[in-house]
Amino acid sequence: MTAQSTLLVSTQPPRSLKSSILNLLGWALVLAALAWSWEGADMRPLDLIKDSGNMATLAADFFPPNFSDWKFYLDEIIVTFHLAVWGTFLAVVCAVPFGILSSENIAPWWVYQPIRRVMDACRAINEVVFAMLFVVSVGLGPFAGVLALWVHTTGVLAKLFSEAVEAIDPQPVEGIRSTGATVIEEVIFGVIPQVLPLWISYSLYRFESNVRSATVLGIVGAGGIGVVLWEMIRGFYFAQTCAIMILIIISVTLIDLVSQRLRKLFV
Amino acid sequence: MIQIKQLTKTFKNTKGLDDINATIESGEMVALIGSSGSGKSTLMRHICGLMCCDADSGGQIEVLSRIMQRDGRLSRNARQVRTEVGVIFQQFNLVDRLSVMTNVLMGALGRVPTWRAVSNLFPPVERRLGMESLARVGMADKAWQRASTLSGGQQQRVAIARALTQRAKVLLADEPIASLDPESSRIVMDILAQIHREDKITVVVSLHQVEYAIRYCPRTIALRHGRIVYDGPSSALTPSFLKDIYGSESEELFSPAMDNAMRQQKNELQRKSATAPAAA
Repeated sequence: MTAQSTLLVSTQPPRSLKSSILNLLGWALVLAALAWSWEGADMRPLDLIKDSGNMATLAADFFPPNFSDWKFYLDEIIVTFHLAVWGTFLAVVCAVPFGILSSENIAPWWVYQPIRRVMDACRAINEVVFAMLFVVSVGLGPFAGVLALWVHTTGVLAKLFSEAVEAIDPQPVEGIRSTGATVIEEVIFGVIPQVLPLWISYSLYRFESNVRSATVLGIVGAGGIGVVLWEMIRGFYFAQTCAIMILIIISVTLIDLVSQRLRKLFV
Repeated sequence: MIQIKQLTKTFKNTKGLDDINATIESGEMVALIGSSGSGKSTLMRHICGLMCCDADSGGQIEVLSRIMQRDGRLSRNARQVRTEVGVIFQQFNLVDRLSVMTNVLMGALGRVPTWRAVSNLFPPVERRLGMESLARVGMADKAWQRASTLSGGQQQRVAIARALTQRAKVLLADEPIASLDPESSRIVMDILAQIHREDKITVVVSLHQVEYAIRYCPRTIALRHGRIVYDGPSSALTPSFLKDIYGSESEELFSPAMDNAMRQQKNELQRKSATAPAAA
């Protein structure tokens, strides 16, 4: 490998020794990380072949899918959708002020640093973990899911929103400031018009991912189709499980397509 | 009207402005000239309070007899002072995605309560003033277009309308024509001269082409390396005099672009007068 890379160095136009050493070092690090993780991840590729019979049996149980209860599944998918709508909406409402206040070019450090740390915390913990906590505090059902999506998505969107704000062109803001506008007016007329298309796009994207996440939230009891899915898997009703999965795939795909179209309108 | 005392601004290791002292009286139209990097924009940004001078340097700027900044700190009522100072920027500094009219109404922000402005409930008086201002710069028919759809010269005229809506008593124009073609430059300078004449607005305009200073402004302040090297009547600015104070840099101050534009205008007139008899 070393011989080959020296050959490359000699035949290609100048690539400094330093950068090629760094390049090799980078690859070595990746390989080392993979090797180190092998044991911990319990990698048994051969079992895939050895146990292929089991898998075939399991897969056979899935087909044909059983759609007899499709109306019930659809209702639950719609509940999942509702859950994502409210979770995302509340998050967008909160992410606007938090996003602006965590932007370096708008707020002083003693404002943006603490707010950023709080947003980091909201983002670092997965929706499912929040959902488990909210199920304990507000009880089983979609409301716990809404709260979980709300908290997590606020953290994500505040970060994305503030990145957009930090990338604005400062000149129009100076134009507004020079008329004697207040800081709030500067933000509303100078900053928000510049970031609005990006903000809308990010919000729609998070809505898409929240619909996907919401299907999982049900597994910990936070409402929606996930609850049903989990019941079916636990009861070994694989034909029903398959039907639910197909319905989830179809609805998530539809929502993704519509939202993608909408996002294109704004960018 | 504008009083600048001992203004010094140091960037990392160079002096952006070095002990500037100047007074501009009410109703004057003053040009600020200098090659790029001479400190014109820096001075302009200090006067309108977008930049602060060195701390504890004793520097002070008064606008309309009220302190804008002192000793490197903006005064507490700088925002109040700004409402009466219109600023025109080289890059126009309009908000692209807002309509021309909304951009012009930004001039009223100093008078309109925040809640009204934010909910887009500008009083009819202000809307009328905005429309009148647009009409004065010849942009009334573009009022509902997005600012980004306009050409550079048109955007600059909208920026002037914004300052008019501000009812500014002082107008600071920082390189207003540096990004414009000669024809648009002439229109913008004509409008500035016109509002100076009609509204008795004090105008300070920074330029890097001496011809415009001579043509439009009775008084010129010349900067070089952050210092004032000349302050007096623009008529004294002959090429040889400029060479004395700027050396080889003086070439940069004469633009071939304007000569061309004037020659073109003359040619056109000649052509018109030549073809007119033939048509008749």
